[in-house]
Amino acid sequence: MNATTMQSSPKASPAEITAAFYDLNEHDHPEGGSTMLGFWLYLMSDCLIFAMLFAAYGVLGGNFAAGPGPKDLFELPLVALNTAMLLFSSITYGFAMLAMEKNRVGQTQIWLLVTAVFGAAFLSIELYEFAHLIHEGATPMRSGFLTAFFSLVGTHGLHVTFGLVWLFTLVSQIAKKGLIPANKRRLMCLSLFWHFLDVIWIGVFTFVYLMGML
Amino acid sequence: MSAADHHIHPHPHADDRHAGDHHDGDHGSHGSMRDYLIGFFLSVILTAIPFWLVMTGAIADKQATALVIMAFAIVQIVVHMIYFLHMNTKAENGWTVMALIFTIIIVVIALSGSLWVMYHLNHNMMPMSHDMGQLP
Repeated sequence: MNATTMQSSPKASPAEITAAFYDLNEHDHPEGGSTMLGFWLYLMSDCLIFAMLFAAYGVLGGNFAAGPGPKDLFELPLVALNTAMLLFSSITYGFAMLAMEKNRVGQTQIWLLVTAVFGAAFLSIELYEFAHLIHEGATPMRSGFLTAFFSLVGTHGLHVTFGLVWLFTLVSQIAKKGLIPANKRRLMCLSLFWHFLDVIWIGVFTFVYLMGML
Repeated sequence: MSAADHHIHPHPHADDRHAGDHHDGDHGSHGSMRDYLIGFFLSVILTAIPFWLVMTGAIADKQATALVIMAFAIVQIVVHMIYFLHMNTKAENGWTVMALIFTIIIVVIALSGSLWVMYHLNHNMMPMSHDMGQLP
């Protein structure tokens, strides 16, 4: 051991000292061994972005500037439908992960595409809602409340959009290379990302829509 | 199983803690069909009740309704964490949980701090029409 060589020779050469204090014998890290932890840390930082947007909404949410408020704008049945779409996409992504564990390529792809359909439905409903609001004159420029609302919900929608792009990329990657370890790792990262977006949506529908309608 | 063969640690002297880490990260973190279904049904219930409460106005007191739906949201977030994100204290030697706790602390400070400070700011900056008229 390095520590014993240090003690046995009182005058250690610089190389020996280096060896004693630094682990030169670096053991191999398997490829992607730290990806999951790193991705989790990314999600936590993303969580902070959303926390700031929630804080902005909490602070500005009451500044209507004599414009429309939540009760004039939001339609809860539409939000409930949207929430259902995201929840369905979460469980179908779960099914994709279960199929992946059993190494069933086709089944994994089908469940991923079903997830994409629900994700796209969510986005379409959200874009319809935004278009409806803007058509009524409730643009992001109208009031502090609407600026905060569009920033928060829009950022979430943007995340879902990028999640969809990632999902389609993975479907084609799996078609090309199959369920190789790298693709499995990517699927697990997207799984975290997708479920994380559903967690954020819980905050959105509770604090923005439901509490806005109270 | 192909997942097993690529996770054999290449270094023979790797300590057990390290090898177990990879094992947990890739096998222990997956849910079963049962987990996903439990999570899904709990989520449906925990989503439906707040919507029902607000849409029908079942609780007359608005403040009480707000507190109840916030409680449902927190429970549902925990359900998602456990059943969909497969959080547990052992994954990655507990670093995921440590990162989560740190994030929650920052989020709580940022949210409560912003709301508290800005509420008082708004309160103190209220136009005091009566007093303003007296000013020279």
